[in-house]
Amino acid sequence: MTTAAEQMAQKQRSISVAEFFSKNRHLLGFDNPRKSLLTTVKEAVDNALDACEEARILPEIIVEIIDMGTDRYRVIIEDNGPGIVKEQIPNIFARLLYGSKFHSMKMSRGQQGIGISAAVMYGQLTTGRPARITSITGKGKQAHYYELKIDTTTNTPQILKDDVVEWNKEHGTRIEIDLEAGYSKGATSVDAYLKQTAIANPHVTIIYTNPKAEQFIFPRVVEELPAEAQEVKPHPYGVELGLLMQMAHQTSSRTMSGFLQQEFSRVSSQVAKEILQKAGVLENAKPADLTREAAEKIIRAIKDTKIMAPPTDCIAPIGAEALKKGLKKEIKAEFYCATTRPPAVYRGSPFIIEVGLAYGGELKGDSVAKVYRFANRVPLQYQQGACASTAAITQTNFKSYGLQQSKGSLPVGPLAIAIHIASIWVPFTSESKEAIAHYDEIIKEMKLALQDAGRQLAKYVNKKKKLKGELQKRSYIEKYIPSVALAIKQILDLTDAQKAEIEERLKGIMESSRGEIKNIADTNEEYDEEFAKIGKEDEESSDDEDDEQ
Amino acid sequence: MKETLKKIQGTAQRVLSSIEHQEAPVLTFPIRSLSNVEYNEKEGYFKILNKVKERKLTANTIKTFAQTLLLMNESKKIIETDDIMTKREAYYVSKNWGDAKFNEQPESDAVMDDIEAMMRTQREQIGFIPEEDGGAVAGAITIIEKDPETGEDIEIDCTKFASGAYNIPNQVEGLKFKTNAKFVLAIETAGMFQRLVKHKYWKSANCILVSLKGVPSRATRRFIRKLADENKLDVFVFTDGDPYGYLNIYRTLKVGSGNAAHINEFFCVPNAKFIGVTPQDIIDYKLPTHPLKDIDIKRLKDGMKNDPFVKHHKEWEKALKQMATLKKRAEQQAFASHDLNYVISTYLPDKLKDHSKWLP
Repeated sequence: MTTAAEQMAQKQRSISVAEFFSKNRHLLGFDNPRKSLLTTVKEAVDNALDACEEARILPEIIVEIIDMGTDRYRVIIEDNGPGIVKEQIPNIFARLLYGSKFHSMKMSRGQQGIGISAAVMYGQLTTGRPARITSITGKGKQAHYYELKIDTTTNTPQILKDDVVEWNKEHGTRIEIDLEAGYSKGATSVDAYLKQTAIANPHVTIIYTNPKAEQFIFPRVVEELPAEAQEVKPHPYGVELGLLMQMAHQTSSRTMSGFLQQEFSRVSSQVAKEILQKAGVLENAKPADLTREAAEKIIRAIKDTKIMAPPTDCIAPIGAEALKKGLKKEIKAEFYCATTRPPAVYRGSPFIIEVGLAYGGELKGDSVAKVYRFANRVPLQYQQGACASTAAITQTNFKSYGLQQSKGSLPVGPLAIAIHIASIWVPFTSESKEAIAHYDEIIKEMKLALQDAGRQLAKYVNKKKKLKGELQKRSYIEKYIPSVALAIKQILDLTDAQKAEIEERLKGIMESSRGEIKNIADTNEEYDEEFAKIGKEDEESSDDEDDEQ
Repeated sequence: MKETLKKIQGTAQRVLSSIEHQEAPVLTFPIRSLSNVEYNEKEGYFKILNKVKERKLTANTIKTFAQTLLLMNESKKIIETDDIMTKREAYYVSKNWGDAKFNEQPESDAVMDDIEAMMRTQREQIGFIPEEDGGAVAGAITIIEKDPETGEDIEIDCTKFASGAYNIPNQVEGLKFKTNAKFVLAIETAGMFQRLVKHKYWKSANCILVSLKGVPSRATRRFIRKLADENKLDVFVFTDGDPYGYLNIYRTLKVGSGNAAHINEFFCVPNAKFIGVTPQDIIDYKLPTHPLKDIDIKRLKDGMKNDPFVKHHKEWEKALKQMATLKKRAEQQAFASHDLNYVISTYLPDKLKDHSKWLP
C-alpha cells in the first residue's frame, strides 16, 4: 500500500524529468533546428542498430526525411529488427529514462534510454503531433500501430491510437516523427552522420532519402555481424558508494561474501574475503544491513585489493580490417592502415581503442588532418575540440611520422584519422554524446593506438621518400641518355636508327642495374566517389552554423 | 693529329661495344695527382704511374659521362677542320648540348683535363689551347716564327725591345731559336723582370730573361724546355723565398706537377737550378722578412711529407726544414733594402759564381 504522499513524491520526480528536459533540450542535442533533425535520426538509427545486433540480425535500415514545408520535417526510420512486444511500445517511445541499457553492463550505442523518447517529446512540443510507431515481432504475429505522446507532467505515455494493421514485413519497427527542424548538407548533417555510420558499421545497409528526394544506398560490405558483446557484471573498481549500497539492498544473496561474488565480475571467494577483511566487515553479514560507513570502508578496501581486470568480451571492436575498408570507401588516399589496441580499463570499465589512418592521394597536403571520431560505432560530429580523442591526437608527435605539426595542434598534411572507442560505458562529456571525457587511461590508450598506426605510416612515408629519390635518379638518367647516344653517333658517324638503338640499350642497362620500380601505394577498389561526396557539400556554410552554437 | 682522331674514335667504339653487350660502359683515366707520380731521377721529371680511375656509366656519373663524350666529339670536329678552341670557348660550345651543358667553366676544364689524360697526349694535340697568358721573354735571343698567312719565317730579335718583351704564344712547338746566350734566367715576378730588362742585365750577363708570372703556364714551361734542349743552355730560376716559390713555381717548372702528370714529360725543365731566394739567403743577406702564413706552413709540411721531388733531394728537405724553423719568408724585391740595384750589382753575380749555394 502506498500513501498519497508517496505517490505524490513519485509523481513530482517524474514531472521534473520530462519538464527538465523539455526546458533543457540542448542537453539532449536539440539545440537548434538543424541539430534536432540530426539527433532525431541518430537516436532512432542507433536504437535500430542496437536492436538488430542484439537479435543477431544483419541490419537493414530505411531512413526517409520529408520536407513538410514551414520548417517542418517528417522523419521515418524503419528497421528489420526483432520488433517490440506490444506492451512495451508505449514505454519505450513515450517515457523518458525507460530502457534496458542503463543497467546493463554491455556495449551498446544507446545508454540512458532518453534518446528516442526525447525525440518524440521534441516533435510533440514543436508540432503538436504524436509519434507513429508500427512494430511486428515475427511471422504470424500481428503488426501493432500506435500513436503516442508523452504526458510531460507525469512522464507517462499517452496513447492516442492503438491498432492492429497490415504490414508486409516479417519483423521490424517503424517510427514516424514530425518535428520542427532544418536541413542542410555538410560535415554535421544527417547525410554525413549516415555515411560515417556506414564507415564504422560495414555490416549495415542503409537506404536513405533526404528532403531533396535524393536517395543514397549505403550497401553492406561485411556479411558478418560484429562479435556479440557479452553482458558483464560491474567490476568492483568502477563501483561507487550509492550504487554499492543500492545493489547490496537489492541482492538476493544472504551474505556479504556471496553478494560480492555474485553481483560483481572477477570477485572470487578469496578476493571477497580479502576485501571484507580489509574493510572489517564480517563475511556472513547480511547485505541488507550494510551501513554507509561499512560501504565506504568496502569501497576503500576494493581500491587496496588487487583484482583481475574485467572480462573484455563485453566489447566488440570494429576491427582493423573493417575500419580500413570503411576509410577506403570514404577517402581516395594512397596508404591506409589501422590498429586495434588490446582492451584496457578505466574505473572498472573495459574499453578498446581503434585508430585508422588514410594518407596522401587526394587528401589536401596543406590543411589540418581530418578527424573522424566514433564511440561504440556511432559517429561524433560535434564538439571535436572538447573530445579526449582530439587531446590524444594533439599530444602525439606526428612530426616523426612525416607530417607537420605545431605544438598542441592537430597535424597538418594529407592525413585522415579515424578514432574509435568501444566500451560498455563510454564517458561522454554531456548527455548529447558529442565528446569523450578526458580520462587519463583513455587518452593514454588513444595515444598508443595513434603511435602504432603512426609507425606504420612512417614506414610508408619513408618508402615513398626513397621512391621519390629513385624516380628522380631515373629521370636524371633518362635526361642524359640522349646526350651519350648523340656523342657516340657523331664521333662514329652512325645513323639515326643506330642512335635510337643505343638509347634503347642504355635504358635497358640502367634499368637492370637499378631494379624494377614497384608501386607502393595501396590500390583502392572500395573507393566510391559518390559516397565520398556526401557530407562535403556546403562545408563552409555548415561551419558557420557551428559557430553560432 | 690523325692519331688523336683514332684514339677518340677508339674510345667511342669501346663505349659502343659495351652498350651492345648490355654492359655499362666504362671510361678509364689516369689519376692526376702527386700520389700517381714518381720522381724519375734519370730523366729528371715526375713520371706518371699506372693508377687509373674509372668512370662507369651510373646515375651519378651519367652527366659527366655524356659531357666527356660530347667534348671528345667537339675535339674531333676541330681536328678535322684544323681549328683550335680555348678552354673558355669549350665552355661556351657546350651551351648547345641542351641538358648536358656545363654550368661553370671549372666543370669543362676538369672534363678537358680528363680527356687529355685519357688520350695521353698534349691538350694542344686535341685542339684545345689554354686561355692563360704565356710568360715574357727578353734578352739575347732571336725567335723565328712562321707567318700563319704566308708561311714565311718571321724573325723576332728580342734585343730590339726597348722596355717591352716577347710574349710566349700558346703554341710553341713550331718556334725556332737563334742565340749565343750562356744561360736562361727565369724570374718569378714581373717587377724583378722589369728591373733586369731596364738595366739590360741580359747584356752584361749574356743571358735570356724569362718572366714566369707566377706558376709558369704550359707554354712557358715548354718554351724554356725547348730553349734548354735545342741550344744546350743552363736554366736558373729566381723566385721569392717562400714555399709557393719553391714548391709551386720552381718544382712545377723543373719536374712537372701532379695535376699534369700525364704530360710532365713535355712540360718540364730537368736541368733547371734554383738560385734563390733560399732560407740561407734570408740569413746571409739579412733580408727583411714576413712571418709565414698558415697556408705557407701547411705547404711546407705537405711538401716534406708528400712531394716525391723534395723527398729525393735532401738539400730541399733541409731548406724547407730551415724555413719551417725560421718561420719567415722573404720576397725577391727584399734586396732593395740594401740598394735598388743590389740584385744586379751583387746578388746575382755572386750567386751564379758560387755553385755551392744553388739548390737542385
